[in-house]
Amino acid sequence: MSTYAAPLRDMQFVMKELVGLADITAMPDCAEVTSDLVDAVLDEAGRFAAEVLEPLNRGGDTHGAQCADGKVSSAPGFKAAYEQFVTGGWNGLSGESDFGGQGLPHVVAMPVQEMWNSANMAFCLCPMLTSGVLEALKLCGSPSQKQLFMPRLTAGTWSGTMNLTEPQAGSDLAAVRTRAILEGDHYRIHGTKIFITWGEHDMAENIIHLVLARKPDAPDGVKGISLFIVPKFLINTDGSLGERNDVKCVSIEHKLGIHASPTCVMSYGDAAGAIGYQVGEENRGLEYMFIMMNHARLAVGLEGVAIAERAYQHAREYARTRVQGRAIGQKAGERVTIIHHPDVRRMLLSMKAQTEAMRALAYTASAALDKSKHHPDDKERRRNQALVDFLIPIVKGWCTEQCVEIASTGVQIHGGMGFVEETGAAQYLRDARITTIYEGTTGIQAADLVGRKVGYEKGATAFAVLGDMRKLVAELALSANAEVRGLGSHMEQAVESLARATQWVVDTFPKDPNAVAAVSVPFLKLWGTVAGGWQMARAALIADAGLTAGADDADFYRAKIATAKFYSDHILQNSSAQSFEVCNGASSVIGFHDAQF
Amino acid sequence: MKILVPVKRVVDPNIKARVKADGTGVETANLKMAINPFCEIAVEQAVRMKEEGGVDEIVVVSIGVTQCTETIRTALAMGADRGILVETTLEMQPLAVAKILKLIAEKEKPDLVIVGKQAIDDDCNQTGQMLSALLGWPQATFVSKIAVAGDHADITREVDGGLEKLTVKLPAVMTTDLRLNEPRYVTLPNIMKSKKKPLENVKADTLGIDIAPRLTTLNVKEPPQRGAGVKLADVAELVNKLKNEAKVI
Repeated sequence: MSTYAAPLRDMQFVMKELVGLADITAMPDCAEVTSDLVDAVLDEAGRFAAEVLEPLNRGGDTHGAQCADGKVSSAPGFKAAYEQFVTGGWNGLSGESDFGGQGLPHVVAMPVQEMWNSANMAFCLCPMLTSGVLEALKLCGSPSQKQLFMPRLTAGTWSGTMNLTEPQAGSDLAAVRTRAILEGDHYRIHGTKIFITWGEHDMAENIIHLVLARKPDAPDGVKGISLFIVPKFLINTDGSLGERNDVKCVSIEHKLGIHASPTCVMSYGDAAGAIGYQVGEENRGLEYMFIMMNHARLAVGLEGVAIAERAYQHAREYARTRVQGRAIGQKAGERVTIIHHPDVRRMLLSMKAQTEAMRALAYTASAALDKSKHHPDDKERRRNQALVDFLIPIVKGWCTEQCVEIASTGVQIHGGMGFVEETGAAQYLRDARITTIYEGTTGIQAADLVGRKVGYEKGATAFAVLGDMRKLVAELALSANAEVRGLGSHMEQAVESLARATQWVVDTFPKDPNAVAAVSVPFLKLWGTVAGGWQMARAALIADAGLTAGADDADFYRAKIATAKFYSDHILQNSSAQSFEVCNGASSVIGFHDAQF
Repeated sequence: MKILVPVKRVVDPNIKARVKADGTGVETANLKMAINPFCEIAVEQAVRMKEEGGVDEIVVVSIGVTQCTETIRTALAMGADRGILVETTLEMQPLAVAKILKLIAEKEKPDLVIVGKQAIDDDCNQTGQMLSALLGWPQATFVSKIAVAGDHADITREVDGGLEKLTVKLPAVMTTDLRLNEPRYVTLPNIMKSKKKPLENVKADTLGIDIAPRLTTLNVKEPPQRGAGVKLADVAELVNKLKNEAKVI
């Protein structure tokens, strides 16, 4: 079994050299975040991940959360670890300083959350949902709601949940049926919600549910849904916990992965109705949900990076210790560890190269998010907002899809032992599998990308990013290092493939949205593939400059260039096939009749 | 009372150290560094004593390169109040460290100096004892329990035969053993706060003392690789091997 060690060097490289932490900390509100402070935070967060969270991951998988009589007990050790997490102040990492948070920028929160997710993704879902609720309250809560809920949610003594899905309302939330009936200064909520992550558990004193529901006179469809706060325990005027609200967990799901994260069926209002309070204006619930969904989608994309990294470390450890066969061409002599076999090396490299590319892209998106909030120049704020909106479906969709493939490669490297649960490789694959589904499936991400993010704005942001990529191609061509120049010529072809496909989507979207929908996922993957190559090539340029300047960390930089070369030779080349699929693949999907299935 | 805690920056204990190719020492370039675990126990002890009451200030001091400020910040994040970096690029050996600490102790006038019993890099286990001798203060080494009572402290120390209980007059120098406590996890708010705590920088060459290395490293080698084991037929063969091959009985 391997033990997790946070990839601090790569995280620091991406944050400081690739993304430009200094640009972020130069902005107002971020000045306290010095480079050595970030190092100290990362060090300690990595220690917490490796020593507290990771040891619980396997037991969390085998034992899982348990539900009996409406009560959910978390997996062994989780309650104590959560208490440590809260005591350590980690829940308030990027929380508002007005409510007791540390207000660290997203770009610093990314590596920290990556570590925790690598160590124990099921655990991390609890604080992740809490931060979603905080985001919603920040956005549209009343001052008194903020005062009442935000400090304890920021501390983590209370946790939060998001209640969107109902049996008949999954990706289509227009079908939400949960009812909210006004009664004095509050509402009575009745209905059933499913797939509620950490909907009930024993780790926090109170659970604050955010619930989408309809008022009796609300219009049909998405425009008639409002958002309500429903606390598990009602709160007395002095802030202490009062009566149990009329909401309970009916059962938890038996799932493929993340067993330690209870996925609850929640029943609201079995008796008199659960007491709820409206958040923001009526009938705007879904709109609010979508704003905070952006954050949640970035967070799920990061889970993809995290599981990929963990699966890579696990497979690397096995490949370094498992002795099997002789080196190719050797008929006698010592048997070797499998890391010496070219095919295993290729698999490991595909894991490593893609994980690094995914990390670079996800952190880049988070830096754009920080700039969209804090940049002093309004024009820059808007430019970065457009960039982050554009990148989010790509980070979410691509990082999670690749993560499943990477975790699967991790199993493959273990051979038969990978299929056996006790080596632990299978858990990463099973845990990874949810990431392409929740917070909007890959199909939903792709629909968002081709529609709102490309089609409606005629590709404005997409072409701006392509422009940046072309600038990079020109820079790569000028490099004195032949290997870096080689990356440039591959990148040039990939960028042109991507430009062709983007143009096709822009041209086709107004006249034949069906055709675009048929190839939207390949289009998303194409963007991921090339954007990953873009980041890896940038990384290689920076590493090359570091080597030329005689940086003392030459081994890291050389490995970075070699990894970028692998990405360029093996992964980036998929872009031409993906581009072909986008530009030519729609008709065979649309033209196939129902009866032919 | 006031407690002085020296802290040393060493290679992170979770990292496998490698010998430099030329055999002059251990490779430390680009390795993850951390606070020496025994020093961490010393800081933890001081912080616990402060939390229990009766301690007004904890001063941490580190001697070495600029990056030792990270080690000091770790101690500040754990709960120490103030830091002093004595900056030097010279190789620091226990006598030099003890001499510098003596100067600082004379200036700061702590009631107690808590020193890690040894550093995990050179394993010298000398600094605390030397400091006590140079200051002329009592020493209590390898302590696993400290209880201060007025002008003295009752301590328990770990010795080969078991536990020894002593009373030492303050001010005194104590060195920490592994079982004194289990250091806490640093909290995020405390990491943030540690940035604002005072940290004084003193150049070692301005102190006017001779801190030049006294010892010369001749050669550093990896320990021999462990050979493959063999299966023995019976106890007699084992006894024979222990007697004639290993020569241990």
